[in-house]
Amino acid sequence: MTKGSTSLQFSAPDHSAAEKGGTAIVSREIARRSYRVMLESRILEEKLAALYRSGKIVGGVFLGRGQEALSVALGVNLRKGDIYAPLIRDQAGRLAFSDTILETLRTYLGSSLGPMRGRDGNIHRGRPSEGYHAMISHLGAMVSTVCGGLMAKRFRGETGAVGATCIGEGGTSTGSFHEGLNMAAVEKLPIVVVVANNQFSYSTPNDRQFACADMVTRAAGYGVAGYRAIGNDLLDCLEVIGTAVRSARSGGGPQLVVADLLRLVGHGEHDDASYIPQKLKDSALGLDCLDLARLALLEKGWLTESEALAWHCAVEEEVEQTAAKVLREPVPDPAEEDWNAFSVVGRNLSGEDDE
Amino acid sequence: MSITYLEAIRLAQHQALADDPRVFIYGQDVGVFGGAFKATKNLAKEFPGRVLDSPISEDAMMGLAIGAAVEGMRPIVEMQFADFSTCGFNQIVNQAATLYYRTGTPCPLVVRLPSGGTPGGGPFHSQSMEAIYAHYPGLVVMTPATVEDVYTMLLEAVALDDPVIFCEHKFLYYHLKADKLPVEALPFGKARITRPGRDATVVAYSAMLHEALAAAEELSQDGYDIEVVDLRSVRPIDTDTILASVARTGRLLVVGEAWPWGGVAAEVIARVAAEGFGLLDAPPQRLNAKETPVPYHPALWGTHRPTATAVVNSLRHLLEL
Repeated sequence: MTKGSTSLQFSAPDHSAAEKGGTAIVSREIARRSYRVMLESRILEEKLAALYRSGKIVGGVFLGRGQEALSVALGVNLRKGDIYAPLIRDQAGRLAFSDTILETLRTYLGSSLGPMRGRDGNIHRGRPSEGYHAMISHLGAMVSTVCGGLMAKRFRGETGAVGATCIGEGGTSTGSFHEGLNMAAVEKLPIVVVVANNQFSYSTPNDRQFACADMVTRAAGYGVAGYRAIGNDLLDCLEVIGTAVRSARSGGGPQLVVADLLRLVGHGEHDDASYIPQKLKDSALGLDCLDLARLALLEKGWLTESEALAWHCAVEEEVEQTAAKVLREPVPDPAEEDWNAFSVVGRNLSGEDDE
Repeated sequence: MSITYLEAIRLAQHQALADDPRVFIYGQDVGVFGGAFKATKNLAKEFPGRVLDSPISEDAMMGLAIGAAVEGMRPIVEMQFADFSTCGFNQIVNQAATLYYRTGTPCPLVVRLPSGGTPGGGPFHSQSMEAIYAHYPGLVVMTPATVEDVYTMLLEAVALDDPVIFCEHKFLYYHLKADKLPVEALPFGKARITRPGRDATVVAYSAMLHEALAAAEELSQDGYDIEVVDLRSVRPIDTDTILASVARTGRLLVVGEAWPWGGVAAEVIARVAAEGFGLLDAPPQRLNAKETPVPYHPALWGTHRPTATAVVNSLRHLLEL
């Protein structure tokens, strides 16, 4: 218990830093790893969609197609000991942080061997005790949860860790988001909040969601650093988010990154996204970040066509094999379920055996 | 030495902070100011950096506590009034209550709710929230009625790996006193027969325990021997002790300060009807607050909530059935 939040060991937020771009050097290695993870995310999600259409996945499938560059850029900049609360379109970030193709499929297919054991599904997965938070559906709620994890580290005197979460532009309309970001700013916590502005909150366009001209200007109002990233440009996302994470890690307080992009699928696989105008799809926003990333890496000589193809084939094979394996795994057995929402210690102490 | 219910809460938090470096207190004005009711008086000074003022953000206060609990801390959140916990409701019921079931990661935190009515409190500083939180699987809901219980149960709440909604009654803060604090106590989850009797059972909790005891005392003048059961915690609920009492008396009245609809009294009666119907010599009765928001003026408030007189009237009715 060496450091309390009242000791003001962090410097005051640098308001002049608002609306800046990145300065981080993007290495060949991080760019290649990011592209590989984007590929895994894309191919895995295509499999999820196929499994949903064939009736193997119940409930819903929510894909991050078009948002992989932004998502992965946050995930690859985190490390063990950090706290990450991904949201609905963060398959790529999850894989880059600590999730796996196997655990994703197990959660979607409800395998009793998965982390959620059929008790929760799809994007509501995580391993909270390992810093990988399991989102709830109520938007904005995870911002303060990440703050709490960072406070715990501060209480214990642990330094160097950052927390990170992602949210859509629609989620920023919630009171929860406001309370969380304000709290992070008050406590000057090392948190990075990435806003994926994909222009539509489900079907609601931005002019029905918020009225400020540019969301990144909100950063100054909260007293946090603000950045703008090109959401479908992997190298730009890596540079900007790399800068934000580095700044948070080195005592710069909360960092807000806003990235414009377009979701290239429906809200979920049940949604044809017919509300997105063709003109927008044909604009620069509608360019596929995976294609752009491949071209950028080829151009820099960081990747060859044959490598890209080999990776594609290898990931496809891994996804197919993993899906086949998980489809053979046991589904949860209601007779084996203990039907108790209290922890073991709580149950023993409480003596509540009739619920 | 005389210790009030409020001071027992403060002392329990002092003890928890002293015993366990994972404990911290978070809430509005709880720091140097010591809290709206002074339940954290001097704690910020004695435990620097561990008793922190929060912004007026009940949702984020709960989110912070949940995130810290996941990372191994033992947060105590003080809601300034129980009523304001509705602003943190989502985090409590959708995140804290579900976390262990969903992920296997425990969520050890305590939410202190200064609960219940006081004269002049009005609609937004008087509510009793226990039934709402008890509805959600995964939440422990404690409703201590005595100085001794508020002390030992708050320490139990901090030690517990599950999220605890701790309903401490504001009306008891200054009224109730004890000479000393107990070292050992009945564990939470066990009801206590506060007053043994044979003619009827009154099940009560929190401030209503004292109205029930006063009613039992009054009826003893008429020769009635009323048994009074203090639930102590409403979730878990000690159905066994209730049924054993009803087996002795054959008559049941449940008293709660909260509204009747879907409440704790309804739950107790449902359990007794389902599991002990044959034990009953008369239809089980309940006495709750009137079904309006809690009124401001003491003349209205004193009738809105069950009082000893109202309990006496309900018991006379029950004894004649």
